[in-house]
Amino acid sequence: MTKVVVAMSGGVDSSVAAALLKEQGYEVIGMMMRLWSEPGKEESNRCCTPDSMAQARRVAGILDIPFYVVDAKDVFRETVVEYFLEGYARGETPNPCLICNRKIRWTFLLDHALALGADYMATGHYVRIRNAEGGMQNSESKRQLLRAVDRNKDQSYVLHVLNQDKLKHALFPVGDYPKPEIRQIAEKYGLPTASRKDSQDLCFLAGEDYRNFLQRNASEMLKAGDIETVDGTVIGHHSGLANYTIGQRKGLGVESAVPLYVITKHAVRNTLILGTQDQLGSTELTARDVNWVSGEIPNEEFRAEVKIRYTAKEAEAWVTPVGENQAQVRFDAAQRDITAGQAAVFFQGDLLIGGGIIV
Amino acid sequence: MIYLDYSATTPADSRVVDAMTPYFSASFGNPSSVHRFGQLAESAIDSARETVASILKCHPDEIIFTSCGSESDNLAIRGAAYAMREKAGAKWILASRAEHPAVVNTLKHLEKYEGFLIEWLNVNEQGMVTTEIVSKAICNNTSIVSVMYANNEIGTINPIKELAAICKANNILFHTDAVQAAAYLPVDVNDLGVDMMSLGAHKFYGPKGVGALYVRKGTPLVSHLTGGGQEFNLRAGTQNVPYIVGFAESLRLTHEESEKRIAHVKPLRDKVIGTVLETISDSRLTGDMESRLPHHASFAFKDVDGNLLLTLLDAAGFACSSGSACKTGNPEPSEVMNAIGLSRDWGLGSLRVTLGKDTTAENVESFLSALPGLVEKSRQLR
Repeated sequence: MTKVVVAMSGGVDSSVAAALLKEQGYEVIGMMMRLWSEPGKEESNRCCTPDSMAQARRVAGILDIPFYVVDAKDVFRETVVEYFLEGYARGETPNPCLICNRKIRWTFLLDHALALGADYMATGHYVRIRNAEGGMQNSESKRQLLRAVDRNKDQSYVLHVLNQDKLKHALFPVGDYPKPEIRQIAEKYGLPTASRKDSQDLCFLAGEDYRNFLQRNASEMLKAGDIETVDGTVIGHHSGLANYTIGQRKGLGVESAVPLYVITKHAVRNTLILGTQDQLGSTELTARDVNWVSGEIPNEEFRAEVKIRYTAKEAEAWVTPVGENQAQVRFDAAQRDITAGQAAVFFQGDLLIGGGIIV
Repeated sequence: MIYLDYSATTPADSRVVDAMTPYFSASFGNPSSVHRFGQLAESAIDSARETVASILKCHPDEIIFTSCGSESDNLAIRGAAYAMREKAGAKWILASRAEHPAVVNTLKHLEKYEGFLIEWLNVNEQGMVTTEIVSKAICNNTSIVSVMYANNEIGTINPIKELAAICKANNILFHTDAVQAAAYLPVDVNDLGVDMMSLGAHKFYGPKGVGALYVRKGTPLVSHLTGGGQEFNLRAGTQNVPYIVGFAESLRLTHEESEKRIAHVKPLRDKVIGTVLETISDSRLTGDMESRLPHHASFAFKDVDGNLLLTLLDAAGFACSSGSACKTGNPEPSEVMNAIGLSRDWGLGSLRVTLGKDTTAENVESFLSALPGLVEKSRQLR
């Protein structure tokens, strides 16, 4: 029997993923990672509280599948939390979910799944996978990543980091269903249907603002500095670059006749640059660490719909591959809030072409 | 699936289940009732008590039935602590660092909430509490000493007879947790010389949810489960008749078949120990090689996450256990691993393999051929 490890969270989506795979005749094993929490805040970690672990264990019991917990505290701390802190140190707004998916879920956990003898690893992400040339999942054909049937729930943005090596072991059973149907399936199996509040909070922030976390864990990073206008005039002082986001207008503590927005952060000079609304936004961005899902670099520029944040609407653009892992994006219209550290992800309709980190 | 975790629990023997069955519905009376229904139930517990007493070589009214080994430990330690304080103002209790949590946490509780003074005895590198350690530690103020008969994690058998003698000579109460030991070792309380001894049926092919405490006549003891006058006023609550019957029958069979069971598990156990140490690099036996439960093999592997090893083993069809195992993925070396002086890189990688009467030579063979690869895998995944 084909063996699949399901990365379970105790939530309804991964629970139903496990149920669907079992129904499809796979030998299913549930796994959950124990991620890092700030000492003393283990109860509030969004991903692996004792509560969610008990829930996942209960789901495994109802589905009659084995369930194991893997200790990923150290690797998470060293990889994801470091990435988060380093990103802010560079004046970026890092998205640790991207590196978590690449290095933790789809490397560390996948290695564990394969070590258990699994052929596949599945998650409860809303995204679809298919063979480029059609045919069965286990064929040797290349895999494509597609947006979920339920566009409102689509999570392909955070999975643009997957390459063919990962995708050949990946299954995303819930991506083919609208969310309400997932709830119905959960009810049919008698699985707990309470889902966590959809939230973009990072799991290790324990429900708090990231600024509090930085204050506690990297206070040296929050160095006060100057606030300047685009033309270089000093108009105030900031409390640490990490405390501000691109496009922010409120709470800047400067007086001005016209509304001012955060245009960019200058990490080397520790300076926050403000400008007016018409100075905000750009028609261009450069992405680094680009992953081309097909494994092949497109040989010329192409049209794509580009998404610059998890919640942003796609925007029409030209994408030009540069070297092995960079890309230049030219939008048809200027985009507000292009933020270094977030990902730019390229789609053509439902198909995910690739993506990288905004420089 | 191959079960190699008989120290965690054992399957109930079908003969035990047969002996229990009539007492659920057919003969369901309350032993405290005056009528015939009650009398039949009371008679069943009396017979069970006599059977247990005949094996422990004691008087039936020295046997208190409880709900489990942990409850027996609680009754013994709390009961004697309160009674000794009342009787003689004594507050000092000694126990080994490698005791089962049922003893350790009961003592910590007494220390925190009742003001008792607890002294933790060190163990040697084999996890043994030697006579020397106890002789040095006791003083005029010591009221109770508690040392387990055999260790659950590392299988080491303590010199209970000698330890009990030292305590007796100094007028100190001696309790032993024999929950692991009773499946294989002699439980003659006169020969052992203990004042109190805890037992639990599910470690020797009896049902879960029933235990017993031997209490030598004249031992001061205060009840900690108060209510009716059951169990000689020491443990209130309607007796669990079918389980008490099951306890006695499983202990009887264990006593009767002891030699046969030891002869079955010991060579297999020796094979496990020999092969593991030979085929796996950076491995060591934990506990004593000689003074060791006959079905018990336990190891430490350097740079291995014991929890992950159990996961790999389970997925490969082998059920074992580990001193650092934790269902929530938050492994820490156990107190026992710390007590025998293992550093963290060894202490996190413990593995316990315990055999039973249904373990076959083929089971052991296939386990031994799978283990080295899985240890290697878990090292690679670090």
